[in-house]
Amino acid sequence: MTLAINIFLWLAVSVLAFIAAMRGRSLFNEATRAGVMEFILLLPRIGVGVVGSGFVAEALPNEWIAPWIGPQSGFVGVVIATLGGALTPGGPVVGFSIGAAALKSGAGAPQVIAYSTAWALYAIHRLMIWEVPMMPARVVWLRAAVSLPLPFLAAILAMLAGRP
Amino acid sequence: MKLPARPCTVNGATADNSTSVNYVRDAVTDSTPARRRRRAFDWSTAVIAFLAFAAAATVYVRDGREHFLLILLGDVTLFGEMLPKVLAGCLIGAFVTLLLPREMVARWVGHESGFTGLLIAAFFGFLLPGGPITIYPVAGAFLVMGADAGAVVAFIVSWTLIGYTRALVWELPFFGSDFVIWRIVEALPLPIVAGLLARLVVRAGFEYRETSK
Repeated sequence: MTLAINIFLWLAVSVLAFIAAMRGRSLFNEATRAGVMEFILLLPRIGVGVVGSGFVAEALPNEWIAPWIGPQSGFVGVVIATLGGALTPGGPVVGFSIGAAALKSGAGAPQVIAYSTAWALYAIHRLMIWEVPMMPARVVWLRAAVSLPLPFLAAILAMLAGRP
Repeated sequence: MKLPARPCTVNGATADNSTSVNYVRDAVTDSTPARRRRRAFDWSTAVIAFLAFAAAATVYVRDGREHFLLILLGDVTLFGEMLPKVLAGCLIGAFVTLLLPREMVARWVGHESGFTGLLIAAFFGFLLPGGPITIYPVAGAFLVMGADAGAVVAFIVSWTLIGYTRALVWELPFFGSDFVIWRIVEALPLPIVAGLLARLVVRAGFEYRETSK
C-alpha cells in the first residue's frame, strides 16, 4: 500500500517536473527550490508530531479519553470533539497527530472524524492566516459559517455506516 | 467585493494601487507563488513538542526503558516512511502552483451554475493538488470569473476534506488506509451540502460581493 502511494506520488512529481522543464529551466528550478524549502521547514513539525503522537497516545490513560470522546460518548462526544478541532492550532501535522493519538487511546471513530473535520474546516487560526489574506473576507466568513454543521454530519454518517 | 486585509501576501509583489478585482486578477495571472515568511518552528509546534516530551517522560517513568524504546522505534519508523511522501507532496504543490492554468480552471466553474456548477467545483477541489497557496488564489479567481459563492465554498470544502494529496501525504500515515477511505467516503456529500447551504444563505440576503468598491 505505502509503496503504491509512493509510486503514484512520485509519478505525479515526475510528470509535473517534466512539464515545468519543458516550459523553461528557471521555472523548473524555482518550483524545485520552493518545494524542497517547504519540505525542510516542515521537517521539525512532522518529527515532533509523529514521535509525539505515539507517546501521547501511550501516556494518556484510556479512562480519561473514553468518557469524553469514546465510542459510548455519543453526540455529546461529537460536540466536544468538534469544539476541540476548532480550537486546535497548527499546520497539517498537528490535527492529524492528535486525532490519531486519541483514536489509539480509546476515542470513538465518529468522534475522531468530527474532530479532524472541524479542525480541517474551521480551525480559527488557519482562517486568519491563510484564507482571510487571500480571499474576500465575507466569502471566508460565509464559508466558515456554512461549514459549522459539517463535522456533525460527518460524524452522523460515520455512526450510520459503522466502523470499517 | 471587499478588498482583503493584506492583499500583498498572495503573490509577493505588492498590489499598491489595485482594486480588489485587480488584485485577484494578479493572483490569477501572476505565476509567482506567495512568499510568506515562515519559520521551521513556531509556537504551536513548541506546544506539541512540550506535550510530546511530557508524554515521553511519563511513558519512560511509568513503563520502563524497554517499552519507551519500543514506542520510539515505532514512531521513528513511521516518520521515516512519511518523508518521501511529504517531499513528493511539497514538490507537487510547488509545481502545480507555478504551472496551473488558473484562468482555465476558473472558466470551467465560472460558466456553470446550478447543481452542475457545484459538482464541477467539488470535483476540481478533489483533483487539484497542492497546499493553501495553490487553492485560495484559485478560489479567488473563481469569484472574478463569475462563479457564485456556493461553487467557491464547494471547491474549498472539497479540497479540504477529500483532496487526495492531503489524504495520501498527511492523513494516511497517521490513520491507516481503512480509516482514511472510510472517512473520505463519508465526506463525499459534504462539499455539495456546504455549497447548497451557502446558496441558501446568499438567497436569504447575505451580500458577499461589494459592487461599489
